[in-house]
Amino acid sequence: MYDAPKLERNVDDRTIKFSARNVHVFYGETEAIKGVDVDILDNTVTAFIGPSGCGKSTFLRCLNRMNDTIDICRVTGDIRLDGHDIYDRSVDPVQLRAKVGMVFQKPNPFPKSIYDNVAYGPRIHGLARTRADLDAIVEQSLRRAALWDEAKDRLDQPGTGLSGGQQQRLCIARAVATSPEVLLMDEPCSALDPIATAQVEELIDELRQDYSVVIVTHSMQQAARVSQKTAFFHLGHLVEFGDTGQIFTNPHDERTESYITGRIG
Amino acid sequence: MSDHQHIVSSFDRDLETIQAHIMKMGGMVERAISDAARSLETRDDELAEEVRGRDKAIDALEEQINQEAARVLALRAPTARDLRLILTVIKISASLERIGDYAKNMAKRTSVLTRMSPVNGSPAALRRMAREVEEMLKDVLDAYIQRDQDLAREVMQRDQDVDQMYNAIFREFLTFMMEDPRNITACMHLHFIAKNTERMGDLVTAIAEQVVYLVSGEMPDEPRPKGDQTSVDPSIAPDIRA
Repeated sequence: MYDAPKLERNVDDRTIKFSARNVHVFYGETEAIKGVDVDILDNTVTAFIGPSGCGKSTFLRCLNRMNDTIDICRVTGDIRLDGHDIYDRSVDPVQLRAKVGMVFQKPNPFPKSIYDNVAYGPRIHGLARTRADLDAIVEQSLRRAALWDEAKDRLDQPGTGLSGGQQQRLCIARAVATSPEVLLMDEPCSALDPIATAQVEELIDELRQDYSVVIVTHSMQQAARVSQKTAFFHLGHLVEFGDTGQIFTNPHDERTESYITGRIG
Repeated sequence: MSDHQHIVSSFDRDLETIQAHIMKMGGMVERAISDAARSLETRDDELAEEVRGRDKAIDALEEQINQEAARVLALRAPTARDLRLILTVIKISASLERIGDYAKNMAKRTSVLTRMSPVNGSPAALRRMAREVEEMLKDVLDAYIQRDQDLAREVMQRDQDVDQMYNAIFREFLTFMMEDPRNITACMHLHFIAKNTERMGDLVTAIAEQVVYLVSGEMPDEPRPKGDQTSVDPSIAPDIRA
């Protein structure tokens, strides 16, 4: 199986963006991630799949230190973004999260206008000097998220007034507004209908030209459709990591096979 | 095959049904080869007629397998081994259907040949060749249902024997035709039968390749043994004017 999007969108995907080595995550006494090594490439969509509780979301949240917000959570091992240790003392998690954006399962727009939702990040990070700059960033981000045409005439209306699919695209616009280098998506389509899902998937493929995208999904078909690399997590281990085509047509590990074919394993 | 069953048990039933149909189709094709070759040797026009009549059922089964495969693709979105199973049943059923056609063609020519004077010894040689193909088909179907890629690879090797039998028969027919031009019509028919049987061997080999793909996920990359030299070696087909 060949990945058609890869053939269509010819981008350099040989640069390693994230490099994780021997990552362990503990919630109190419980070990949720048991020694994961993985390289996430630039300009590539990497899908994390696996049953509930396998650690895929936990691992995703390590990549922008979202786990720092959980008191009992402890991360060990080495995670590097462009060669720099993101758990180094000198790293400011807020700056890190501007570089590594995140989109969540449930659309969670701020209770503000559509405009302010997108402008929030650039404002607090001081990315725009003038109102015109900010307008440009908002428009560009909404266009990126394929929401501009639907939202341009109602920018002052609350973001919460949009439909579910539009809200999720608003959250993606908000995430790309700070010009991140990596976009983490935790089940971005699980609350969306098939049309909105298709729009978000198309968007993910477009975003790949500029970002490295990591997506956690429960939909195997979605992982197969949008990603070039797939990682299968099981009980805190990274069981198998490879080209998406290979994982879905000829997985090497019996546990991967059982999971993706829907067998009791 | 993974020992584990699908969580959705109707998925297992769908796959089992398709495979049962492949095995049924394989059995019908085996019988068609065997009966067509026997009718040729024993000059049994009635049996030949029967073989021709039964081909419709083989074609219908191929159609049914394709529909079932399409249904599984649409409803279950199969992956990995399940996906390979569906891809291979589509190809295997197509190969079986072609083999069935060749058997039917053999039976058709048999009906013509029974009205001509027999050519010495050749139907027995053709039947030996057909029996070899039939054995290969039986083994490849066993390899398929048991997911035995070693047996499938062994079947691929045996195609050489069929090709060599064809070479020998080819020479024999040339000799008969040179000896007596009155043999030409019968020998032409017999030659088509031999060539078609040789093609059946190739199709069985193609099925064996599908079995290897189903089990291993990779198409076999070793070069297929080629024993049919008649199209490349002029010494096998001597110039009649010489």
